[in-house]
Amino acid sequence: MKTNDLILQTVTKVATFVIVLFSIHIFFAGHYTPGGGFIGGLMTSSAIILLLLAFDLKTVKAILPVNYLLLVAVGLVFAVGTGTGALFFDAPFLTHAYHYFDLPLFGHTSLHTAVLFDTGVYLVVIGVTMTIIQTIGESE
Amino acid sequence: MNAEMISEWIAGGFILLGTVLTLLSGVGLIRLPDVYTRSHAASKSTTLGVLFILLGAFMFFWIDEGYFSIRLLLGIFFVFLTAPVAGHIICRAAYRSNVKLADRTVRDDLKKYMKAE
Repeated sequence: MKTNDLILQTVTKVATFVIVLFSIHIFFAGHYTPGGGFIGGLMTSSAIILLLLAFDLKTVKAILPVNYLLLVAVGLVFAVGTGTGALFFDAPFLTHAYHYFDLPLFGHTSLHTAVLFDTGVYLVVIGVTMTIIQTIGESE
Repeated sequence: MNAEMISEWIAGGFILLGTVLTLLSGVGLIRLPDVYTRSHAASKSTTLGVLFILLGAFMFFWIDEGYFSIRLLLGIFFVFLTAPVAGHIICRAAYRSNVKLADRTVRDDLKKYMKAE
């Protein structure tokens, strides 16, 4: 039977961008509003899963040539790195700091080292979810 | 009656319209005979109902509280984009797994194309 996925694939192309944008928004807005690294990562991986549903595993691997196990390792390094970074400034482990900066495009912005920790959470969540899905999807 | 009250009435009207449409789609889900007509009721009127409810909430927060919620607009766009596609996919999956049409059906145009493959 010939498959015809035109409608699903076309809508997926638009919807994936919306989901990824919204997940990035949720990730960065996590400090002041509900959200953060965990659900941001889950939403990003759900966008990738939508791509997996509309296309097949090989195509998605060609679009996103990411080793998800490596992504987990990088995320853990981010989390541990922000923790040990505090030790160099004579503060206890996992002490965070923030300061106000005048960025060229964003203006007066407060930058917090907790964002780096959240980036670690984000990467680990994407890596773990995609590893689980791909491992189950590949096994016959 | 000042402008704020009028805006609240308009937002309330949108939300009421949306809930009525959603209720109608629930009635359609119970009363219609087969998968295809049910998905017709479920996907169309629920989509419009959810859109009206989101629009009412958006207008309420915009006019009453002065909060322009871009997330609600994005939600309206997203539901409008994806809900009919979900109905389409469910219907096609049902047709491909040979779910029977209702007894009252008079013609089935898709049958000859599926046979030809």
